[in-house]
Amino acid sequence: MSYLESRVQTVPTGFHKVLYANWALILLLTAVASVGFLMLTSVAGGDMSRWAEPQMKRFALGVVVMMIIGMVPIWFWRSMSGIAYLGGLGLLVLVELFGTVGMGAQRWIDLGFMRLQPSEVMKISLVMILAAYYDWLPLNKVSRPLWVIIPVILVLIPTALVLKQPDLGTAILLIAGGGLVMFCAGVSWWYFGAVVASGVGLVYSVFASRGKDWQLLKDYQFRRIDTFLDPSTDPLGAGYHITQSKIALGSGGWTGKGFMQGTQSRLNFLPEKHTDFIFTTLAEEFGFVGGMSLLGLYGLIILFCVISAMQNKDRFGSLLTLGVAGTLFLFFAVNMSMVMGLAPVVGVPLPLVSFGGSAMLVLLAAFGLVQSAHIHRPRSR
Amino acid sequence: MKRTEKDTVESQGVVSRRGLVLAGLQLGFMGVLGLRMRQMQIEEAEDYRLLAEENRINVRLIPPSRGIIYDRNGVPIAVNTPNYRVTIVREDVPDVDETIAKLRRLIPLDPDALEKSLREMYRRSPFVPVTLVDRLTWEEVAEVAVNAPALPGLTTDVGLSREYPLGEDFAHIVGYVGPVSDYDLSKLENPDPLLQIPEFQIGKFGVETRLEGDLRGRAGTKRIEVNAAGRVMRELGRDEYTPGSDMQLTVDHGLQNYAQARLAGESAGAVVIDIETGDLLALASAPSFDPDLFVRGISSKDYASLTENQYRPLFNKTVQGQYPPGSTFKMMTGLAALRAGVIGPSERVWCPGYMPFGGRRFHCWKRGGHGWMDLDDAITQSCDVYFYEAAQRTGIDRLAALCNEFGLGMRHDIPMTAIREGIVPSTKWKAQVRGEQWFPGETLNTSIGQGDVLSTPLQLAVMTARIASGKAVKPRLVKSINGVEVPVEPAAPMEVSTSHLRFIQQAMYNVSNGRRGTARRSRIVAEDMLMAGKTGTSQVRNITAAERARGVFRNDQLPWERRDHGLFVAYAPYDKPKYAIALVVEHGGGGSSAAAPPARDILLYALYGDVPPLEAYPSDQRERIRTQHEEMDLRPRQQAPKSPSRA
Repeated sequence: MSYLESRVQTVPTGFHKVLYANWALILLLTAVASVGFLMLTSVAGGDMSRWAEPQMKRFALGVVVMMIIGMVPIWFWRSMSGIAYLGGLGLLVLVELFGTVGMGAQRWIDLGFMRLQPSEVMKISLVMILAAYYDWLPLNKVSRPLWVIIPVILVLIPTALVLKQPDLGTAILLIAGGGLVMFCAGVSWWYFGAVVASGVGLVYSVFASRGKDWQLLKDYQFRRIDTFLDPSTDPLGAGYHITQSKIALGSGGWTGKGFMQGTQSRLNFLPEKHTDFIFTTLAEEFGFVGGMSLLGLYGLIILFCVISAMQNKDRFGSLLTLGVAGTLFLFFAVNMSMVMGLAPVVGVPLPLVSFGGSAMLVLLAAFGLVQSAHIHRPRSR
Repeated sequence: MKRTEKDTVESQGVVSRRGLVLAGLQLGFMGVLGLRMRQMQIEEAEDYRLLAEENRINVRLIPPSRGIIYDRNGVPIAVNTPNYRVTIVREDVPDVDETIAKLRRLIPLDPDALEKSLREMYRRSPFVPVTLVDRLTWEEVAEVAVNAPALPGLTTDVGLSREYPLGEDFAHIVGYVGPVSDYDLSKLENPDPLLQIPEFQIGKFGVETRLEGDLRGRAGTKRIEVNAAGRVMRELGRDEYTPGSDMQLTVDHGLQNYAQARLAGESAGAVVIDIETGDLLALASAPSFDPDLFVRGISSKDYASLTENQYRPLFNKTVQGQYPPGSTFKMMTGLAALRAGVIGPSERVWCPGYMPFGGRRFHCWKRGGHGWMDLDDAITQSCDVYFYEAAQRTGIDRLAALCNEFGLGMRHDIPMTAIREGIVPSTKWKAQVRGEQWFPGETLNTSIGQGDVLSTPLQLAVMTARIASGKAVKPRLVKSINGVEVPVEPAAPMEVSTSHLRFIQQAMYNVSNGRRGTARRSRIVAEDMLMAGKTGTSQVRNITAAERARGVFRNDQLPWERRDHGLFVAYAPYDKPKYAIALVVEHGGGGSSAAAPPARDILLYALYGDVPPLEAYPSDQRERIRTQHEEMDLRPRQQAPKSPSRA
């Protein structure tokens, strides 16, 4: 019997659970999503029915899913983490098979009312399985090489499958998300230092090899890396969009041009302005104040998650909470870096704000797990 | 593993500490993001604001011109013509109804099409231009342009739209283009940005679909400066588009037109192939349809009349239609028996009008029997019993193997849509498809091209070409791409002995020219163009006992859809084979009366390269042929334009 189950008696039951939910977190999530509704209305030229309304419906559905998941005891979810991981792998293999046989290369499964991307599900399943693993592993073994290799393999299997799709952005998020949970679990700093150092070394030697007789990559592969790092070589593609995105963002100034007044967004300069580049419109129309407010809201979500994790004496619950918060962070950090021209363009949406049902539902379901961990945390009497 | 209380407390401490460190790192990175935003939005805001105000550069795609499709002589089959249209931007129109009313006074507006465009306009964002009317004449568009000041929000422009000057003749081969549908987009992982342009059209059927990748070309871009209202001020530069590749097909427009006209009124398909190169000279499927109807978006009324027609105009009888080959299959049975060595070329078989087998009688079409038959007699007079015997000795699997070598039951991959493979049954096929074992009686049905055998006219034409040449001729449809000839692969010899092929060829010669040949009436008399052929009549039904009792089993007394299919395959000239043809008339009755005459006429056109002279026909038929030619609604042969490929 784990520490958690021995304190079950002190956990709220029945309807009381709703009262013990992390309401601050729910309010913050709703606030972020509302920013999304507002911006989706704006980019549709005031037409709510185009993107905002479907998004609201999905958010409502997502909140219901979140509450249902939150009401179910966290030890049930812990026992499900193996199944979630294997299921996620199975779905990835499934799209891989169907993707190559006759359905065109596709990354999603059609559920009728929405398209489910297995790689989205995998991001959360991975956090679950790693949290469960470290919940089981005694602390003194955490940094032993053998017990480090196991979670590394757990991360690398789905990463390899996702890379094969090929979806570089998601692969990076999976590795970063997995590393984040391992870090929180207390894996020695040395491992992370070694990984970072060898990564830097590898990248350096690849670039140093260019033009030498021991060149590590083919010429065309180098050219692809060039376009990735400097998109301005591709006039129709990312370079042009980044320039326009920066102009729109920068011209917002302190308080922005006002709701639905963003000339750059309105004049159709921006691509994907309802999905990956929605932050640009926010920053153009509401300026520095608007952009910082959204950043602040995200920051508060992370803060509340960290507080909840620290209050939680159950290791699975707190690792899960930190992992979900970290995943959210990775999403918005990569997205914002991208639209501000700090990172190359990889297709990562702004969580809870960008239009898109699959990512939002999965994220809200993940916050359901956070709620469950919060509600069912062991309490001293 | 067991957890001690101490381990739990310590690990919680670790998680809390690491969580705090991580939160610190995350907040730190958010600080970086905030600083970057501060730098861009406050420190450099003026620069960006200037850029935004002054330098409103937009990149627009320039759609490439689609490759032109020519016939083998360079006569255009699919071209791009200027399409004058009026587009509307909703947010610039003060009063939509009033503007439409003004426009109606200038040019005629189709109410249905207008309503469709207006619905499209309200569905899209207000700043997206939507086509209001298109396919205007130059005069009409000039009228609108002159009155532009009174019509705010309306602009005239010109695009390219696809047209098919040879109309119905090539509908089944070349197909048509149409607007990109959501379904088309959903099939693509990484769609060409061109497909997002509302007016852009892609291949939907036939060559237009199969060669879409070559025909489309690559988009160009232009950078334009727009003012605050989004109006284009000036063009700053452009990258020209790469036009799509021009395609020259192997089809001859005159022959194709003649074949379509000759088959008019029937539900029929005909394929003419060049025996040497495999060039497909004609793929006629009657009745056909007007491809321009589909390019404009077909009305449901027109569509219903096409789908409800029992002659199925949308169905391509040449590659999609699968028919029991009937007696045209007998060459295969004969050749398989010769190759297997189970029957000699001059060995005779007694035909009493039936063959007893497995406790029942397999009838010959001639009730009274043919008497003693050798292979030549059996093909010439199409005796069924001879081939029952031959196939029974050969066995179904050796027969099926030969058929596959001659292209039956195999896919001939030419760039057309809905190509079917047909069926050549064998023990393996039956085990796989039906999960049953083979019955010997089925071999007998198969031997005369009935039972489960199905083949398309294309396959029969290729089979005939291979019999005539003794080589594995491969059909091809594309002659050159962008003026560069597609090389003809030299055909490998067939694995049958030349002397066996000779017997078959001689027998086919006798079918057309012999005293008792079933196609003697449809012979060619021009000396250097003598024809060799084979008729076929395939049952699509069994004669019921009730019908037999009533005495109704003559074809012309039956409803159309239950009559026999008429088939004919042939090649000419006999001594120096140049072209082969296969022709099927659905429910046309016997092969010698329904299929052989048009096949002969089409083959003659191919040989002469124009409407054949009367001297080529038997003297007693010339008068009838003359009136037939006069009544045919032929398009005059066209000359290729000066430069067929874009110089």
